[in-house]
Amino acid sequence: MKQFLAFVKKEFFHIWRDKRTLFILLGMPVVQIVIFGFALTNEVKNAKIAVLDNSKDEATTSLIAEFSNSRYFDVEKNLVSYNQVQQEFKKGKIKLAVIFPQNFSRDLQHLNKAQVQLIADASDPNVANTLTAYANAIIADYQNSITNNRKLPYTINTEMRMLYNPQLKGTYNFVPGVMAMVLLLVCTMMTAITIVKEKEMGTMEIMLVSPMRPQIVVIAKAVPYLLLSIVNIITILLLSVFVLELPINGSITLLMLESILFTLVSLSLGLLISAAVASQQTAMFISLVALFLPTVMLSGFMFPIENMPLPLRTVSNIVPAKWYYIIVKSVMIKGLGIKDIWKETLVLTGMLIFFLTMAIKKFKIRLA
Amino acid sequence: MRTIKFILQKEFRQIFRDASILRMILIMPIIQLVVLPWAADYEIKNIKLAVVDQDRSEYSRQLINKITASGYFNLAHYSSSYNEALHQIESDKADLILQIPIQFEKELVKENEATLFMAMNAINGVKASLGGTYLRTIIQNYNKNVRTEWIQFPRFNPETQIEIVSSSWYNPLMNYKYFMVPGILVILLTLIGMNLASINIVKEKEIGTIEQINVTPIKKYHFIIGKLIPFWVMGLVVLTIGLIISRVFYGIIPLGSFVTIYVFAAVYLLALLGLGLLISTYSVNQQQAMLLSFFIMMIFILLGGLYTSIDSMPEWAKWITRFNPVTYFIEVMRMVVLKGSSLIDIKYHLLKMFAFAVVFNSWAIFSYKKRS
Repeated sequence: MKQFLAFVKKEFFHIWRDKRTLFILLGMPVVQIVIFGFALTNEVKNAKIAVLDNSKDEATTSLIAEFSNSRYFDVEKNLVSYNQVQQEFKKGKIKLAVIFPQNFSRDLQHLNKAQVQLIADASDPNVANTLTAYANAIIADYQNSITNNRKLPYTINTEMRMLYNPQLKGTYNFVPGVMAMVLLLVCTMMTAITIVKEKEMGTMEIMLVSPMRPQIVVIAKAVPYLLLSIVNIITILLLSVFVLELPINGSITLLMLESILFTLVSLSLGLLISAAVASQQTAMFISLVALFLPTVMLSGFMFPIENMPLPLRTVSNIVPAKWYYIIVKSVMIKGLGIKDIWKETLVLTGMLIFFLTMAIKKFKIRLA
Repeated sequence: MRTIKFILQKEFRQIFRDASILRMILIMPIIQLVVLPWAADYEIKNIKLAVVDQDRSEYSRQLINKITASGYFNLAHYSSSYNEALHQIESDKADLILQIPIQFEKELVKENEATLFMAMNAINGVKASLGGTYLRTIIQNYNKNVRTEWIQFPRFNPETQIEIVSSSWYNPLMNYKYFMVPGILVILLTLIGMNLASINIVKEKEIGTIEQINVTPIKKYHFIIGKLIPFWVMGLVVLTIGLIISRVFYGIIPLGSFVTIYVFAAVYLLALLGLGLLISTYSVNQQQAMLLSFFIMMIFILLGGLYTSIDSMPEWAKWITRFNPVTYFIEVMRMVVLKGSSLIDIKYHLLKMFAFAVVFNSWAIFSYKKRS
């Protein structure tokens, strides 16, 4: 035990002496949570649209007003001819064009039928889809407002209730994901270097001739970083609650424990990388290039997992951030307890055990 | 010129000796480019529906059939208890509850009016609002069917109807891979280039070999250029591999010309590697360099406009994107691949990128000191 503590102390000195790295390790998550918390959202707001109104009557005017009142659209341009549509799209600013034919209002009143044309710039199909759906909803609402004045027989009414997030804030979905991403990458990077750095610098030999057992060496490496990570968890949670206005509906203790479990998984993943590779550069390459995109894309906050093809849905199960993302949403927003997230917790625990045993196993006590 | 040739020789030799890094530089982008684009679909579909059917009538059955036939909804749960359905939402097995109350059919026929209740998991606000809209539309259509069933004479159309014709330009099949694959390629290129460049000089510092270079008559700019060119070449190799993969796996053939892509990529890589070298000259050890480049990288990539739309960002974040080389490259890729833009169309992008390259590289040369 005394040996272990001495070793932990040594690691602490390593970290403490490099003030710049320490500053980055503690400051980076703060900046990232704030920037990404505010800037990343799958909502499409203030999309610039162009309107070509060939009718210029009462109905089109009020419909266009509906469009510009909606928070999804900014009516940027009023076009006068169809040829302009293409020009505007080429410039790249306009995402959607709404085109009313002549005699729109008259058709609507007399024939009970009128046509609107929507043209979306589908070079980003995800945005195009969302915008078209919003535009459809606005037009449908307008249509209902006309018909509701006349009471029709056999009407089915609908009442809708938004659970958990009645104001439909984008942060509820994204902030838990950003938390998972930042914690995983920062914690993995912390430990990914530690062992391999000693290999590269040659200090590893000194350690290996000491009577310390490999398990102890590996675990002692992680302890100081765990403390750093706990500081990071606390700042991240404080920021999400007080700056990004996320609720904590469940138990804070549970959330803390789960977060610590998740950082342990990330730290031991880093240790495994560090024990397995030969140079710091390779370690960094793996912890950055190999982990970054899969974490962003397969954890479920950026793109829904249910839309993915089966092989990818299977692959997403080995992404630790996916499980933590589910846990954070359940505890913070839905206010659920351990009995609803025991499965996710179990998966993370399994990963922790796996990474740690592999790291200890890969940690060679003989140098080549 | 001769000096640079020797430095280049040294750098290339160093790269080729570390086989593990070299392998990763080549294999990692291939795997990720083949696998990840399939994940990038956020169209709202496959909404998991829990039906609480307390009516169990002919109408409720018809309605449920109509909803599941639409393609947007999967029936995930069917019961007559709201609490049971709510539990499905809690455990993420359902996204949306549709409650058909007792006597729904009777009320609709006798009282001319009946109400359906919906409750949805709104944590993902976009999914909730769009899902709600889809469901309402389906219910309204069903409503129309019911009406025509009862009001047969005279055959009139009591409803005002606005018909919506929508079309999508530049990507009519709405194939999101056309947009995602080039974007992911940009990101991989950025990650690799930045990672290599930012670690490089600081590695020599940490190992101590930089002193040997410092005592030679090599000029500062020789040194930076000698570091830059090998990575620049490797960046273009990675780009080529990526373009081949997009062609072979996804059938993506840019509407514009490859020349445009390569010209822009060449300038982009200069800017990016310059930034990496700049980080490297400022760092004391590899860990610092990596953390710094990771920090900058993540902001560049996530605010680059590939995953989330820049229009929806707050003003200050839009301001950041103006100084983000990744934003420009992704925009250029989108323009060249999907809209067929030429060098003239992207001239401002190119000019800005050139400015980035000049600033970063001269700053790197300036901040590299031969005296410690």
